[in-house]
Amino acid sequence: MDDLLSEFLTECLESMTVLDGELVRLEQHPDDPELIAGIFRLVHTIKGTCGFLDLARLEAVAHAAENVLGKLRDGEMAASRAVVSVVLEALDRIKEILDGLASTQAEPEGDDTALITALDTIAATGARPAEPRPSAADLPVVVQAEATEPPPSAEPQPAARSEPSAVAAVVEPDAIAAERSPEMRSGAGAESLAAQTLRVPVDLLEQLMTLVGELVLTRNQLLQTVRHGSDPALQSPLQRLDQLTGELQEGVMKTRMQAIGTAWSKLPRLVRDLAIEVDKEIELTMHGAETELDRQVLEMIKDPLTHMVRNAADHGLESPDERSRLGKARKGTIGLRACHEGGHIIIEISDDGRGLDTDRIAAKAVARGLVAEADIAGMAERDLQQFIFHPGFSTAETVTAVSGRGVGMDVVRTNIEKIGGSIEIRSTKGKGSTFTIKIPLTLAIVSALILEAGGERFALPQLGVVELVRAGGRSEHRIETMDGMRVLRLRDRLLPLASLATTLGLAAPATGQRDAGSYVVVVRVGPRVFGLEVDRLFDTEEIVVKPVAPILRSVSAFSGNTILGDGSVVMILDLNGLASMLDAGRGEADRRQTMDERVQKDERVSLLLFKAGGGQQMAVPLALVTRLEQIEAATIEPAGGRSVIQYRGSLMPLADIDGRPARVEAGQRPTLVFTDCGRNMGLVVEEIVDVVEADITLELRGTGGNDLGTAIIAGRPTQLLDVAFFVNRAFGGWFAAEETEAFRGNDNRGRHVLIVDDSRFVRTMLQPILEAEGMRVTTADSADRALRMRDEGQAFDLIISDIEMPGMDGFAFVENCRTGGPWQRTRIIALTSHATPSDVERGRLAGFDGHVGKLDREALIATLTANHATAEVL
Amino acid sequence: MREPRQLVSMVVAEQQFGVRIDAVRDILGFQHLAKVPLAAAEIAGVLNLRGRIVTAIDLGRRLTIERAGTLPADQAMNIVVDHRGELYSLLVDRVGDVLTLGEERFEADTSSLPAPWRSLAHGIFRLDEALLVELDIERVLALQPVG
Repeated sequence: MDDLLSEFLTECLESMTVLDGELVRLEQHPDDPELIAGIFRLVHTIKGTCGFLDLARLEAVAHAAENVLGKLRDGEMAASRAVVSVVLEALDRIKEILDGLASTQAEPEGDDTALITALDTIAATGARPAEPRPSAADLPVVVQAEATEPPPSAEPQPAARSEPSAVAAVVEPDAIAAERSPEMRSGAGAESLAAQTLRVPVDLLEQLMTLVGELVLTRNQLLQTVRHGSDPALQSPLQRLDQLTGELQEGVMKTRMQAIGTAWSKLPRLVRDLAIEVDKEIELTMHGAETELDRQVLEMIKDPLTHMVRNAADHGLESPDERSRLGKARKGTIGLRACHEGGHIIIEISDDGRGLDTDRIAAKAVARGLVAEADIAGMAERDLQQFIFHPGFSTAETVTAVSGRGVGMDVVRTNIEKIGGSIEIRSTKGKGSTFTIKIPLTLAIVSALILEAGGERFALPQLGVVELVRAGGRSEHRIETMDGMRVLRLRDRLLPLASLATTLGLAAPATGQRDAGSYVVVVRVGPRVFGLEVDRLFDTEEIVVKPVAPILRSVSAFSGNTILGDGSVVMILDLNGLASMLDAGRGEADRRQTMDERVQKDERVSLLLFKAGGGQQMAVPLALVTRLEQIEAATIEPAGGRSVIQYRGSLMPLADIDGRPARVEAGQRPTLVFTDCGRNMGLVVEEIVDVVEADITLELRGTGGNDLGTAIIAGRPTQLLDVAFFVNRAFGGWFAAEETEAFRGNDNRGRHVLIVDDSRFVRTMLQPILEAEGMRVTTADSADRALRMRDEGQAFDLIISDIEMPGMDGFAFVENCRTGGPWQRTRIIALTSHATPSDVERGRLAGFDGHVGKLDREALIATLTANHATAEVL
Repeated sequence: MREPRQLVSMVVAEQQFGVRIDAVRDILGFQHLAKVPLAAAEIAGVLNLRGRIVTAIDLGRRLTIERAGTLPADQAMNIVVDHRGELYSLLVDRVGDVLTLGEERFEADTSSLPAPWRSLAHGIFRLDEALLVELDIERVLALQPVG
């Protein structure tokens, strides 16, 4: 059955059951205003929903009944027994139709004219129609109340016809009764539907959960006892008990989970109707509907979600005419997206509408005295946008029926914060807004990795775990220490490491033990990836997250606690909390930077800081560095005016920061190894300073040097190394890779380029480089967004796309483009950080016309300039 | 006048304390505690009581009692109290009898107590052989948040 219909029926039938009792009371107290109001509300709801579901018959009856009930409620009419009787008839009819719906999923055939006429007559005239006799034996009270009347008979009552207030249209009650079809009288349909779903108080589920927990513990004890004893007669039933307990536990846990799709199911309809109401063209896209969350949490976010979707439709999106004037597709898009991330559930509501008007927000904030006018100028756009969460703050110019009454985002925020969640807004004027709701898994069940650090066990939600690595000791993954900072070399990456025990203030294991190697859990928090060193790893286990006691809530390292299968309590690690603690643990300069990052923490890049060229601090994205080595002065050999060393079975050229062959007088020097198509090259530096996570605002230089520009990192002006330029200059002759130069000089002016990359860093870095070449640049932060541009009819001369992106990756993106549509023949270049030959091949198969390294300005421009040739550099 | 009331008495470092019996849910012997790193020093850990997670408070630390020697962890007793729907356990050296104490023995003025205790006590009962400090559970559990 249609979900919507089935939900509607369940709700109505439930209410009707309650109403059965009320009806008896209504008969006894026909003028109880509360009772009438209650019945009115129910009938009103039924009527309203009927419209959605296209249930004409039900709607007609409910509508007529509502009119009468409305008059009764407003006191325009006295609730005489006769009136009540007709209302009762109407309610019975509603119930019958509902029953019919439940068993056949369609409105039963039937004619309600008589009943509706009777109701309309009452509503129109306020008059009592013919005193109806009880039309069915299921109205015992009526019978009782009309004891003075002649006993019911099938004959029409002449007395009723001669009733003075009766109008010609009054219909015989028996005629009304006759409209019922026999099968409608059976309640079987209703019962079977009611049996499918049950409403259970959450408390009861909670109690069940507790009981199951105890059962698990008892089972465990029993198992242990029997293991020591040896009664074979016990083995089999115990095994069964063991299994059943497990299944019971799983079942009870499941009772509390629901896919977020259930909260979304009503939205397509809502959006469709809203679109008609506000005269817009709206498309609703939904991703991640299967994301499960706790039923209670779901209930709490249902209304806020609906509200935000309404807002997006009403205020966010422009009218089709306005949109086409702005060069957007006439059809606006509202996107809903849900996923699990780092132990949280993230829900995104986005629209591609007009975005927040910060000027208007600022004006309103000043008018409302929320901020002084003088302070507005100094406020970041982001901070201004936060004002929409203030109580009674609505920027809608007109209050429409849909929204704009000023009961808006503050209520949404309050509701979300009530369940320990948070809401954020990102909005660009003219481009749209995205609300990101983050809800902790307070009540949810997650799969968690159980691990040990500092002698204590902890649970780490599996969702944040990227991989597990055995590192150090004799393992192939080495742990380096750079200026007190531990870094793990994992394949071609360097990952910052943190000891979980140290971070939590627990005693770290003895050095000897550490030398034997440790386990590293590679975790991802938003865009950051780092390694957590732990002492031991156990199993993964499904855990029920329980909130910590209020007095522990200030400890940000934990998102909750849980009871493991063996009965012990463990704390659940909160990766977000840990990540921010790690930030806070760094130096003073960094702390200031962390505060800056709080303002705009869109994206952070792992940077390796080093000193070169006479103490100048420089940085290079960690992702571009293949390895760090200590080069022994004695091992450096001169070769053809260059410096090389024997490295991994081949010769590796070494250069200093100015691209000259490296000269090392004595001792060891740290060296950054870069890899290009399987060839290594080393940059000898003076000192490795640190690995930092930083959000870079780059001040780009107009002309190339060996740096891309300068940024303040760790409190010091730092040059960002232009790896490609450096590699070309230092080693270009060595590998004779200058063929790209041939493409220089072509005119790029006016070409329109689309950059698709989820990294704001890359986007902001590439844009000025390309614009300096005279190109027009448009950016998209996801493949989805890019495809939306395509569907809106935007055209580009060239598209540069990242490969690794959340959601749709670059391969899928290019495949999508190549399957058809306006971009089928558009030149698309892959943007890669470190491509292996097989990656290149895969990209070619997927449909890329070429690929180019990130941060490789020269090759990028060469590639863009090449009209037909496929340039492959770095 | 207050009614005579029933207190569960307990001993921490030879000093008697009491809490009202209606707040007490359970009395347990030694329980294994899972530590909560970074939490306030008074928090001894968390434990599982029949499927519910109980936060254990080291009452001695909470009362800033300097002990001559550290109490062996496996000798601590748990007095589990219910506070606003959450269960907390007070770790004490010994659990004594349930005492029914009349008003005539009660002294609401806590100024004679050591300073750290004053704000945590309802008052003092004069027992025949010693003094018993009645604890205000609400305030005992109102730990200053850390971090």
